[in-house]
Amino acid sequence: MSTHTSTATTVQKPRRKKQSAGLQGSPGVRIHSRTLRLAVHLILAAIALTALAPFLIIVSSSLTSEQSLVVDGFAIWPRVLDTTAYQLIFERPERLYSAYSVTVYVSLFGTVLALLFMSMIAYPMSRTQFRYRKFFNLFVLIPMLFNGGIVPYYILVTQFLGLRNTLTILFLPPMISFYQIILLRAFFMQIPNEMFDAARADGAGEWRILFTIVVHLAKPAIATMALMTFLSYWNNWTTALYFIDNWRLYPLQYLLHQLMRDAEALALEPQLGGQALPTNAVRMAMAVLATGPAAAIFLMFQKYLVQGITLGSLK
Amino acid sequence: MKTIMSALSLKKRIETRMGLHTDLGRRHGAWLLMTLPAVLWIVVFRYITLVGLGIAFIDYRPRRGIFGSDFVGLRNFEFLFRTEAALRATRNTVLLSLLFLVVSMVVALAVAYMIYQIYSSRMTKYYQTVLLLPNFISWVIVSYFVFALLATESGIVNVILRNMGRDQIAWYSSPQYWPFILLLAHMWNSLGWSSLIYLAAMLGIDPQLYEAATLDGANKFRQFFSVTIPLILPIVTLNFLLGLGNIFAQDFGLFYQVTRNRPQLYPTTDVLDTFIYRSIAGLGNIPMASAAQFYQSVVGFVLILSANWLIKRTSRSDQDLSIF
Repeated sequence: MSTHTSTATTVQKPRRKKQSAGLQGSPGVRIHSRTLRLAVHLILAAIALTALAPFLIIVSSSLTSEQSLVVDGFAIWPRVLDTTAYQLIFERPERLYSAYSVTVYVSLFGTVLALLFMSMIAYPMSRTQFRYRKFFNLFVLIPMLFNGGIVPYYILVTQFLGLRNTLTILFLPPMISFYQIILLRAFFMQIPNEMFDAARADGAGEWRILFTIVVHLAKPAIATMALMTFLSYWNNWTTALYFIDNWRLYPLQYLLHQLMRDAEALALEPQLGGQALPTNAVRMAMAVLATGPAAAIFLMFQKYLVQGITLGSLK
Repeated sequence: MKTIMSALSLKKRIETRMGLHTDLGRRHGAWLLMTLPAVLWIVVFRYITLVGLGIAFIDYRPRRGIFGSDFVGLRNFEFLFRTEAALRATRNTVLLSLLFLVVSMVVALAVAYMIYQIYSSRMTKYYQTVLLLPNFISWVIVSYFVFALLATESGIVNVILRNMGRDQIAWYSSPQYWPFILLLAHMWNSLGWSSLIYLAAMLGIDPQLYEAATLDGANKFRQFFSVTIPLILPIVTLNFLLGLGNIFAQDFGLFYQVTRNRPQLYPTTDVLDTFIYRSIAGLGNIPMASAAQFYQSVVGFVLILSANWLIKRTSRSDQDLSIF
């Protein structure tokens, strides 16, 4: 456990170094040679472009005609600009709307509950006076390392909890992340005890302290966790793969998975009926509609994320 | 009298020990209540499932339930290891994990070092953001664009091959290319995150050390090996050993979605996670799946314990990085 207690002290380090390396500038770190610096920038830019290219391919394929995809193939830039795919989706949007509402509902509700429950366990674990600290540390650590895997989990959910084809199962499994509990605990540990003693002297109970002082002071940490949790809910398709077969409960990512599978099934047996075939352009348009909000949220809050991951790595 | 006195002091001692009449005691009440929801979740979804691994030793029939099914000892394991698929999945899991582990570590370190060298530049922020974005994209979406790249008739790679006058390749039925394709998909997904971790460690290095190295005539390449690597070695070792410990578990989404679960690709892409999933979902063979799951969990357990032991052995006494 020695590694965790050291977090509080190591946490500030990178930021301080960042300033000394970045703002004041220290000759040893920077590259003097212009050519070398340019080369490094070029390599990094190339890697960054590779990271972005797939998004371009999806967007451009969604904005072109099916005809062009068949004749010219996929491309990073649309050869023919065409919005038919989107029009087709919004002509009969029931499935998309349904999946959207499931995903938005589950992601929002799940994130709020997850953060609430994780803060609630992380707060006592962060207090040195908490007598069962050691026990809880172990209690959280064991399942982080040893996993029962999906088979017992599958039987538990279907046979004992009876949660197959319910909304509940969609937001239950991704709720608690052990990694995030430990991160939150590390953040809460940085809050000095005097803060709490002062609040207690004023007659504040533990619940009030948690919801006012702790949550307030750890806002950046909680924002990071909220972003990660929200995106993991948004991107979750495995839960639906295991437990959902009612299309009204499909989350977005699982709907996309199904579209790909349907297309494949139809391609194998064309006589099943061609007109219902979701074309490549339509599927790519669905992918854009499903990923767009997540990507936008990521870009809005990414600066918190970089901090959060950096802190986590120093655990 | 003496006994009464000692009984009283014992009572007092117990009360102080339990803290029942103190503020701290009441605080503990609230604290324990706070942990309750998460504790319930952890017990149900993690501890019960951990105990549930025991179904590997029964002939599980859904109709008869766990307690009504017959105990069969190691029979499920005999069936499991008689199938060639289980051995193939084990081999693929271990080899692909090792490939991913080594290549991503080398590339992430190189990228982190490059970002470190230009850290004062305004561009740094953009590189980091863009590299991190793929980490938050689901494997379903990844399978979409991998399809756009590799589809036989209209995929970008085949279009390029055709334009170059080469034969096109039926990627989705040629297993020999897939370790490499999966490696690229894995790198695309994880590079931002892992390089960020190494970068954070590099930023903790005292810049004067680099100055000294420069004065000694070491170039950037040399500095990487004689300053950077030795100083961030603890983090590198930790990540490497944790990776070794996780060698038996793989990212299900990568192997299930990106390969589009094509049976033709199983020879090189079927790993334990996909094998287990298929045993439940496709074949409905829960005894076999549970034996495979038990096998995966127990070997994983042993690997993690050994990795932890190794970390303890290799780390210096002043910075113990082991997990427990």
